[in-house]
Amino acid sequence: MRTDDLIRALAADGAAPPVPLRQTFAAALIPGVAITLIFLLTCLGPRPHLLALIGDPRLTFKLCITLLLSVLSGKLVTRIARPGATLRSIILMLGIVPVLLIAAGIVELCAVPHALWGQRLIGSNAIHCLKSIPFLAAVPLVSVLLALRQGAPEHPAWAGAAAGLFAGAVGAAFYATHCPDDSPLFVAAWYTLAIVFVTAIGALGGARVLRW
Amino acid sequence: MRGDEQEKQWALLMRAGNAGDVKSYKRLLEQVTPVLRAAARRALAPAGMADTDAEDVVQETLLAIHLKRQSWDENAPFGPWLRAIARHKMIDALRRRGRRVNLPIDDFSELLPDDKAGPERLIADIDRYLDALPAGQRKVVRAIGVDGASIADAAARLSMSNGAVRVALHRGLAALARKFRTEEP
Repeated sequence: MRTDDLIRALAADGAAPPVPLRQTFAAALIPGVAITLIFLLTCLGPRPHLLALIGDPRLTFKLCITLLLSVLSGKLVTRIARPGATLRSIILMLGIVPVLLIAAGIVELCAVPHALWGQRLIGSNAIHCLKSIPFLAAVPLVSVLLALRQGAPEHPAWAGAAAGLFAGAVGAAFYATHCPDDSPLFVAAWYTLAIVFVTAIGALGGARVLRW
Repeated sequence: MRGDEQEKQWALLMRAGNAGDVKSYKRLLEQVTPVLRAAARRALAPAGMADTDAEDVVQETLLAIHLKRQSWDENAPFGPWLRAIARHKMIDALRRRGRRVNLPIDDFSELLPDDKAGPERLIADIDRYLDALPAGQRKVVRAIGVDGASIADAAARLSMSNGAVRVALHRGLAALARKFRTEEP
């Protein structure tokens, strides 16, 4: 089969327009997030009096930072799926998240007496957090990796890591509505650890399933 | 044609192609092929690889362009996308043949298109992979690619429905790309 023959076959197959990548991501994410919401409601349940606490600055920060990380890492995933796309600006923007987290941690250290630092850091159930975030991240991770297979990431492991970061952030955002520990110190330690874990799983998975 | 102009032209053709315009899409593939060929030969020659190897890489790159065409953002420039795909496939080909080479393909515009494919050229890999496809897919890909049949012609000749021909064609091409990626060259 000569190259001209191959081109003829490819052109004939081109009569069917491809599914736009945006649509693929939406089709994977909407059910993924819906299932995670069901998991949250049935397995963990929202925190009692969540709505009454909504104005609390620590809780608000916890919800906002996980949502911000979800949005920015989601943007990174859709960029990284496209060969030749520039990632610089979105990676710089992602840098805001650790900066905000460190700033909030410093504010917390100033606002809380020294004797309570340890208690705020350890919280009431750190192990539960370490288990629940990856649990809630599992379905979003699988759905994002499946969607990324329709893209063409130049570096499969890195793309997988981006998918893991996104899934971890989504899992953390959901978990934040359940978790009774609101201190930025707790978030900086345990949420970060859980998200890093999901990111590493994503990198391992991406290296296997995102080759093209 | 200058590089920029050419890439704008390609972007127009690709946009039409992704909307299902077969003629524009075919023209795009025909226009990028000589440039891909020149790039592949330049990249592979220092590794001591023959022009037939380069042609294998060109075919693999064309398959990737086709199967990943949804990953091009219509509002983004076409050149960086094409170069990233070509680079990915060349590095892959060199690695699979046990060579580790750094190749910056930063600019296609400085490459003179290489049209000397030679119709009689022996293309070893794709024929071997084609032979390993399930019979239905192989017959459809051959009828449309090698014999130049239309979808309807192929359907009549193989007593299949048009839809079944389209499905077999798409699956056959995807399977070819997979074989390029996973089998020993």
